[in-house]
Amino acid sequence: MARVLMSIPAWGCLGLTLLGLCWTLTAQDALAGDAPRFVQPGSRAAALGACVESTAFMRRNHMELIKHQRDATVHQGIRGTRYSLAGCIDCHVSHTPDGQPVAVNEKQQFCSACHAFAAVKVDCFDCHSGVPRGGPARSSGGQGGGVPEGDLRGSGQ
Amino acid sequence: MMKHPDETIDHGRRAWFGLAAGVTAAVAAPGVILQIASADPDPAPVTAAARWGLLIDTNKCAAGCRDCVDACDRENGLDRQSKPPSQSPAAWTDQKAVWVRKVKLADDLTGRVTNLPLMCQHCEHPPCVDVCPTGASFKRADGIVVVDRHICIGCRYCMMACPYQARSFVHEPMHDQLTQVPRGKGCVESCNLCVSRRDHGLASTACADACAAAGKGAIVFGDLKDPASPISLALRAMPSRQLREDLALNTGVRYAGV
Ligand code: SF4
Repeated sequence: MARVLMSIPAWGCLGLTLLGLCWTLTAQDALAGDAPRFVQPGSRAAALGACVESTAFMRRNHMELIKHQRDATVHQGIRGTRYSLAGCIDCHVSHTPDGQPVAVNEKQQFCSACHAFAAVKVDCFDCHSGVPRGGPARSSGGQGGGVPEGDLRGSGQ
Repeated sequence: MMKHPDETIDHGRRAWFGLAAGVTAAVAAPGVILQIASADPDPAPVTAAARWGLLIDTNKCAAGCRDCVDACDRENGLDRQSKPPSQSPAAWTDQKAVWVRKVKLADDLTGRVTNLPLMCQHCEHPPCVDVCPTGASFKRADGIVVVDRHICIGCRYCMMACPYQARSFVHEPMHDQLTQVPRGKGCVESCNLCVSRRDHGLASTACADACAAAGKGAIVFGDLKDPASPISLALRAMPSRQLREDLALNTGVRYAGV
């Protein structure tokens, strides 16, 4: 009797472990399937087939592109190019129902949701604005988008 | 260097979009063309062909006027900083980021009072760049002295080294920054001669525009290397000085009437 009583929790444990394993595997599948949805519905990016490079390339290398661009911008004054951070934000920012932009680094938005998923801290927005604000330099100082449209839609990959 | 599929910019596409924008503007309204063209950034790196500078005619600068300071604050989002609740108003006045300061000089002997705006003097031999241990303080090819905030560690050596007290340190987390002027806690900053406007090919700085709009015209911005530029012509026509010329820094900002 004692042996039978002992074995029930033991089998139970094994069963739970297997169940847990199955759940973990399914959950990972589901999460991998969810990854593309970090692109926010209603953002300009949601309507485009690919980013400035292919999606797979951007997932792994966007930080290298931005870092290269940042040096070119700060030191050589090269702005508004294909890999500009302002361009990323312009295209990936989503909007509230009343049309207010929601910062890309706000919870569940494009940058923060994926970075939370990958457990990588993002520092860009300590200094950079998470929404397009103020537009590119103009003598009139009007509100507007970051980079010319043509630069965002190029790759078609 | 990393590899990626397509590093080159398609200049043909670019030209086509430029042309398309130009044609649209021409159809819409002739006056708009300049603005659209000028908002398009130049994809080429800055060169030493130009050296940007300011000439400030202190005789035209009025006591009590702060138009250039306010314009600078608006242009660079400095008007978006707010006093931390724990700080006294006096400490905040001392500590908040200021890129242009109004300075009043009084001659003890004669009693003559001179007003002038004081900002980064964009030295040819900048002491801030000499002392910076990380290379964050640097001078662009076109003579503009800038801090690369990605590299700045906030040690503030440059603030101590600057003879003009032109630099500020950001002490608190920032919010609501402008896209063209990223700013954040832990970095040093100062006047960058509206560097974003330079890269977009605009004609002037926010301070010079505001001073002209106020009818004073005390600030002239331009290319010191171009002998035909308004600033070069004005420098040739009237006596001017560098502040602390004894330091032989060859400043890009010159003053008349001091
Ligand atoms: S505060 Fe930043 S820019 Fe100034 S000296 Fe230190 S690292 Fe250089």
